[in-house]
Amino acid sequence: MFRFVLVRFLQAIPVLFLVISITFVMIRSAPGGPFDSEKNAPPEIIQQLNERYHLDDPIIKQLGDYLGNILRGDFGPSFRYPGRSVNEIIFNGLPITLELGFYAILFALTIGISAGLLAAYKPKSWQDYLPMSFSMIGICLPSFVLGPLLVLIFSIWFEWLPVSGWGQFNGDKLLPSITLGSAYAAYISRLTRGGMLEVLSQDYIRTARAKGLSEPRIILVHALKGGLLPVVTFLGPAFAGLLSGSFIIETIFQIPGIGRLYIQAAFNRDYTMIMGTTIFFAALIVVFNLISDIIAAMLNPRISYQGKN
Amino acid sequence: MQIYTKLTSSYFPLFFLLIITITGCTSEQTSNVESGTQNQILHIGNGTEPQGLDPHFVTGVSEHNIITSLIEGLVSKHPENLTPVSGMADSWQVSEDGKTYIFHIRNDAKWSNGDSVTANDFVYSWKRALTPTLGNQYAYMLYPVQNAEAFNNGTLKEFDEVGIRAIDSQTLEVNLNQSTPYFLGILDHYSTFPVHKNTIEKYGEIDTRGSEWTRAGNFVGNGPFILKEWEQNRIIIVEKNPNYWDADNVKLSEIHFHPIDQQNTEERLFRTGQLHITYSTPPEKIETYLNDSPELIKIHPYLGTYFYRINTTAQPLNDKNIRLALAMTIDRSAIVEKITKGGQNPAYTLTPPETLGYTSKSAIAYDTDKARQLFADAGYPNGENFPEIQILFNTLDTHRLIAEAIQQMWKKELNINVTLYNQEWKVYLDTESSMNYQISRAAWIGDYVDPNTFLNMFVSNSGINRTGWSNTEYDKLIGLAATEPNQKNRYQYFQEAEKILNEEVPIIPIYTYSKVFLKSPAVKGWYPNLLDHHPYKYVYLQTDASAY
Repeated sequence: MFRFVLVRFLQAIPVLFLVISITFVMIRSAPGGPFDSEKNAPPEIIQQLNERYHLDDPIIKQLGDYLGNILRGDFGPSFRYPGRSVNEIIFNGLPITLELGFYAILFALTIGISAGLLAAYKPKSWQDYLPMSFSMIGICLPSFVLGPLLVLIFSIWFEWLPVSGWGQFNGDKLLPSITLGSAYAAYISRLTRGGMLEVLSQDYIRTARAKGLSEPRIILVHALKGGLLPVVTFLGPAFAGLLSGSFIIETIFQIPGIGRLYIQAAFNRDYTMIMGTTIFFAALIVVFNLISDIIAAMLNPRISYQGKN
Repeated sequence: MQIYTKLTSSYFPLFFLLIITITGCTSEQTSNVESGTQNQILHIGNGTEPQGLDPHFVTGVSEHNIITSLIEGLVSKHPENLTPVSGMADSWQVSEDGKTYIFHIRNDAKWSNGDSVTANDFVYSWKRALTPTLGNQYAYMLYPVQNAEAFNNGTLKEFDEVGIRAIDSQTLEVNLNQSTPYFLGILDHYSTFPVHKNTIEKYGEIDTRGSEWTRAGNFVGNGPFILKEWEQNRIIIVEKNPNYWDADNVKLSEIHFHPIDQQNTEERLFRTGQLHITYSTPPEKIETYLNDSPELIKIHPYLGTYFYRINTTAQPLNDKNIRLALAMTIDRSAIVEKITKGGQNPAYTLTPPETLGYTSKSAIAYDTDKARQLFADAGYPNGENFPEIQILFNTLDTHRLIAEAIQQMWKKELNINVTLYNQEWKVYLDTESSMNYQISRAAWIGDYVDPNTFLNMFVSNSGINRTGWSNTEYDKLIGLAATEPNQKNRYQYFQEAEKILNEEVPIIPIYTYSKVFLKSPAVKGWYPNLLDHHPYKYVYLQTDASAY
């Protein structure tokens, strides 16, 4: 187990190095710089700014310096917000994005597993078709449509919930969490259904029934563990996807998380901020994939830590 | 079914209990407008998150809105007509040649920490604003001051030679390169604002870019409000400054600036009573508000022009008659009435009318017959053999709609083919400044109320000319206007220069801007003006007015 984690951890280093190097070169190759504006800033001033941030150094030197800095845990100052470091901005936004992701995944699991179980228990009945139809709608409906739609219904028409914010008004965390979680709920319901259908047709379930075990015990104790395996495998990348994909929700609902900062940084050519958030999200995806692999291996003994079946 | 009921009955209550617990743990109550109006707390939608609050290197409007609540310059502006009124200086004299200003700093001017504001504070602050290593992109606002440009670009090393000095602690002398009639007007621009020397040096050097002095608790200002709280991307709160010289006339107790970059989200917040004033209005909602709630939507002229730049260096647009013909076939009224719909006015010349009493006498005519004739004379009768041209715009729906309308107008009137392409903002800026375009959407919002802020853009050596157009006579006239102390003569030079611009057509003016925003009727003392500047000490909330 320890060796498995260690190997996967070591594999992550070249992945992150490649992500950093490619992103570093790509953002500097994009037309337009962080200090371009439609205003008439004299060239001497732009020159001063480029010198201050070492943007006039050769790109290899810039990359080398940058790698040295991040090894020391310093992501540099934000170009866009000169009074703040990238570390500070990420650590201010991170708890909010994590919290949003947590509620969204909670919603997705609750709704997704319930709907999947219902569908798998009575396949090809209305209990199957109804939740699966909803899940198809959930998968198809993009969050930038669902979000404003929910706001229109629950905030503007019924006036039950605030239109935006995070922790400022009562209930303002509900709509963003549901909006972000619904597409994942839809996926989870379909994965649960598929997994459960497969497990429920296995011999050991038939044996359990023959032994006269109660249905709840068969489902919850015997079938669920195997049936949820696809969901567990999905959860790692899903949570990473939830966090990195939260920028639309954060924009619609004015949530000060890092997803929104990521997009703003790209538009502003805030090089250090783009790098900081990219590295952060890349690391997050690597870590969640790793966790998901470990849990999957724990749930299914046929998966060995060496990756051989 | 029984099993399902058992399973779900264990999940759902748990989930909703959790969500309600989580979301119910918050404190603030619903309507900001109601509670704010009772307590004189103004809630403003403020566009994007400010880049910073240091007046000497920020560049945006949302920054302006906050900084002007925290710091006051030598001169302030009248909230209705923008004429200079006393700020930190309670009086001033101007020499006969218009080149020397003596400012008398008021005796009761104090920083928020109780220190007195002195003439030396301004000397230090302007030195900082012009220090090359600080990288202040707005330093050019101080270029009318003698030797300021040389110091800023590094050719002059000694600040003593720059035209600002403290005669004594309360008297400041400023020497200009030449008479600059709009000089007082730029003294309430934040790039000329004072900063508190000890605070700057407590957290860094004179040229430290982004030290912690602008954080809540550290910030020392001299304006009507002090910084109470700054949560990035969430809120900035300023509260009344008891040390402000005119504190007795400041009625608001707090202002909450909400950074909201999505127009639709902002409009929804306004509709649900969370904002007194919005930063903008979604264009598609303007008509609805005008029809259903005209008392909530405000529209007034804004000192800016929407125009197209033309790259005059390459065929076929290097021919001024072709450019003129293109400019003559744009139905600007149709654009403002059917596309922008927000009170904009068709523009037939660059400088908006009534800019400090100046209105251009020359204009580009809307004359499709003459345009066709010009095309025929240039060798393209009925648009035959005219090569396809391209319009570049930065990615935004309104820009696309306008470009599509113009594409159709040119096709219909001149029978020429136009293609459109859009680029993301920074790419667009790069394409435009590298002159890699034919026609490009552009806009200019005046830095100060004077024709110079518009016409100076197109002198040959201007960094924002970006058309390749150069005219020695035009340069000469703008130069003469810059040194002419007599306003009438000065405007005459501008008239002649603008006439050249309208004959040579390196740009096609399309419309002059308007400011469109939503405002609760409870907000009083918020007057429409060309710069959309609203000194907060005049603003108050009337509790007996019903917001909706």
